Amino acid sequence: MAKNKISRRKFLVRGGLGTIGVLAVGTYLFRNPIRRQIAGALNTADTPYLGDTSTPVIWFEITEENIVILHSPKVEMGQGTFTGLAQMAAEELEIDMSQIEVVHAQSISGNVDSFATGGSTSISALWVPLRELAATMREMLLQKAAEKMEVEKSTLTISQGKVYSGSTEMSYAQIAEGVVEWEVPDTPKLKPVSQMKWVGKPVPRVDLADKVFGAPIFGMDATLPNMLYGSVVRSSKIGAVYKDADISKAENMPGVVKIVKEDDFVGVVAQSFTEAENAKNAIEVTWETTKNWQTQDIRSMLEVGKGTPFVIQKAGDVDDFLADDSTVESSYWSPIGAHAQIEPNGALAHVEKDKATIYMSTQVVKISRDEIANRLGLAKDQVNLVPTFLGGGFGRRLHTPNGIQAAVLSKAVGRPVKCFFSRKEEFQNDTFRPPTHHVLKAKLDNDGGIETFEHNVSSGDVAFGSPMVPGIAEPILGADLGAWRGGMVQYGAIPNYQAISWRVQLPFATSWWRSLGLLANTFAIESFMDELAVKAKKNPADFRLAHIQKDDRGERLANVIKKVVEVSGYKDELVNNRAMGFAASTDANTPCAQVVEVSIEHNEIKVHKVTCAMDPGLVVNLDQVKAQCEGAIIMGISASLFEKMEVEDGALTPTIYGPYQMAMMKHSPKEIDIILLQGADAPGAVGEPPLGPIGAAIANAVFRLTGQRIRRMPLQDHLQV
Amino acid sequence: MKIALQVNGEHHSLEIADENTPLLWVVRDLLNLKGTKFGCGKAACGACTLHVDGEAVRSCSYAVKFADGKKVTTIEGLGNEEAPHPVQQAWLEHVVPQCGYCQPGFMMATAALISKNPKPTDEDIDKNIINICRCATYYRMRKAIHRAAELERQRLSLTPKNIENGEE
Repeated sequence: MAKNKISRRKFLVRGGLGTIGVLAVGTYLFRNPIRRQIAGALNTADTPYLGDTSTPVIWFEITEENIVILHSPKVEMGQGTFTGLAQMAAEELEIDMSQIEVVHAQSISGNVDSFATGGSTSISALWVPLRELAATMREMLLQKAAEKMEVEKSTLTISQGKVYSGSTEMSYAQIAEGVVEWEVPDTPKLKPVSQMKWVGKPVPRVDLADKVFGAPIFGMDATLPNMLYGSVVRSSKIGAVYKDADISKAENMPGVVKIVKEDDFVGVVAQSFTEAENAKNAIEVTWETTKNWQTQDIRSMLEVGKGTPFVIQKAGDVDDFLADDSTVESSYWSPIGAHAQIEPNGALAHVEKDKATIYMSTQVVKISRDEIANRLGLAKDQVNLVPTFLGGGFGRRLHTPNGIQAAVLSKAVGRPVKCFFSRKEEFQNDTFRPPTHHVLKAKLDNDGGIETFEHNVSSGDVAFGSPMVPGIAEPILGADLGAWRGGMVQYGAIPNYQAISWRVQLPFATSWWRSLGLLANTFAIESFMDELAVKAKKNPADFRLAHIQKDDRGERLANVIKKVVEVSGYKDELVNNRAMGFAASTDANTPCAQVVEVSIEHNEIKVHKVTCAMDPGLVVNLDQVKAQCEGAIIMGISASLFEKMEVEDGALTPTIYGPYQMAMMKHSPKEIDIILLQGADAPGAVGEPPLGPIGAAIANAVFRLTGQRIRRMPLQDHLQV
Repeated sequence: MKIALQVNGEHHSLEIADENTPLLWVVRDLLNLKGTKFGCGKAACGACTLHVDGEAVRSCSYAVKFADGKKVTTIEGLGNEEAPHPVQQAWLEHVVPQCGYCQPGFMMATAALISKNPKPTDEDIDKNIINICRCATYYRMRKAIHRAAELERQRLSLTPKNIENGEE
């Protein structure tokens, strides 16, 4: 593809502090699947890269110690992307894993992803482009080595960061030393997977030691000389608009440097975090509010039929069956969910006369940078956004007004200011996983097969209303691609089916939460499929297999289902007071099937074992793909069994861990068995797909244990004891 | 108030205006040891766990005045790459961290647990390791805790005193 070629003239080299040669490449187009959808209608054969192409951007550096530093356009939030990217680059660079380091690309010098880190797309989106870049750099080094050694390039060999000609050797660092002009070859042919040395291997995370020995790598840890601490007043009430503030009490409190009143917020700058917090709490803000919202209001707004419908999937004829008496119908609910990532949102900003430097945990480097530049009235290239390691992402860092606030406070005092959310603010001012209501209908034929199937999902916004999806894209997309994720019917052999997404705009911010709509949609669809299987008196796995279409996608789904049944030894009856539960989902082309073993002890749902079969295509890092599955499964157990936010007297509650109950060590299954199948040649989605089946699998097991069909999450709340 | 602290073996004499300042901020912002994390400020998540005289303490809710004259150990003092603590060694072997933010708190809580109970059962772990990890790395963590305890038992059995006494 022409657009995947590297622009020759953009490859250049420049000296850098502590580095001998800096290899940089500018315009390089890579596109991830979500953005492809958003921009689909506008897509042309030669869509320009949406980032800043006016200055060269750094992908790789070579240090004097012959270490290659990869500047990642994707942020590391625990998903292991840095490690996977390092493996991919090392493969074409012919270096060992000990010879590569990964850092976050800074907006001023690095390749800034114009969209986001999210959607389980980082490895798959960079699979070809990054290896092409690395291969091109390898060929450039070989060419230069040939010139320096005065031999034919074809006679050279390359291994572990060194180029050999007979008994002569040169390290990459030696080759790059003093070079001012590089010849850029055409993009070389990539190494076949069968010859790869690192891809597929369980190499340890590249950030492992930093994270085990407590290195200061997170946004919260950033410091600068002469730094002050900021704090911003945030409303606890839904829909509250800032009007004015009485700062008379706060002004004279210990440690206060300045109270900053803006049109849209008020904040404090103080000598320490606690002094800033204390002064903030003494500010009396006048808020304008509209309605005193309650959970019941939200639930009522959310009922299927009340929002704006959009048919996202349709096959065969579903119109006649709605009036039919033999139609089975069930209604499912999921609650508001909090991100609850442990590192609060925050930023360290240093705004100077005509430039600004911002250190922060963000999933949207470019959007964060642009927002800050706009607010400060600076050009985009005057703002350097330095991404730090994220203390959890999960979608929480796709909205980053905290960066703007830190920058405004820093500008007001002319010193670096670090500013972050309190935990109460994290819970109250989150951009929540929207609550959902699902209505499912189906009709079985005389043989117990599904003749007609319909899924309605009513949800608050996920993608819509977010800075990443401009309003003009909404008519192109039709329905909120985040809300309906996982909401389509994956059983294509059903003759008649449709899925309808109902959009409801809630009075509080709802947004991306790891796996988006997948968790709730799969809970509803796969619980309902279990209801139908029971009604049809069929084994639940066989029942699904009977409704899978015969194509590549169907085959991959069928394979994970068969595999999980085989490995788990799924049985439809109780063994030792434990029941098994089964469910399957397909997310971003990655099918995943899970079997759980569940008991009820002291009235608590207890998950003992999870068997998970997944087909994410080619696996780059075996250990980290398994780690993502383990984490997603337990996070899914947490969300399915315990987590919920309520709306009380106009505020989201609770506002602290504990009352916002999450899975802990004691709730985690002691056995998790991950089986990975490979049904595609390239890497696919990993970080979110395993969150799909878990809720339904547990609910289906609870049904077998108790006869109770729990149709509301969190399941533990609705277990009748 | 003058506060004397021994942090990771180093003596500090600090003038603290507010003696109720949480120890967390003294460690993080005055001593610039960033390994101990802020998570909730209410002792609910455990990200700020460190040791005061060998006891696991949630430092976001522990006034610095209570640490006066005591020994404080943070993740930076637990071990290092050259000489990792058994807990850190086990964490490396099992590749436990994902985002990594809560991990120092978990490692400090685990180090305190195995110093008192070098052979914790699963139940002991469930009762004592009550921090929160949003990446939900609990599955590997449990394995790493058992491994850390095993390494700790090996270490204890190799100390000169035990060898002299002929103890296991």
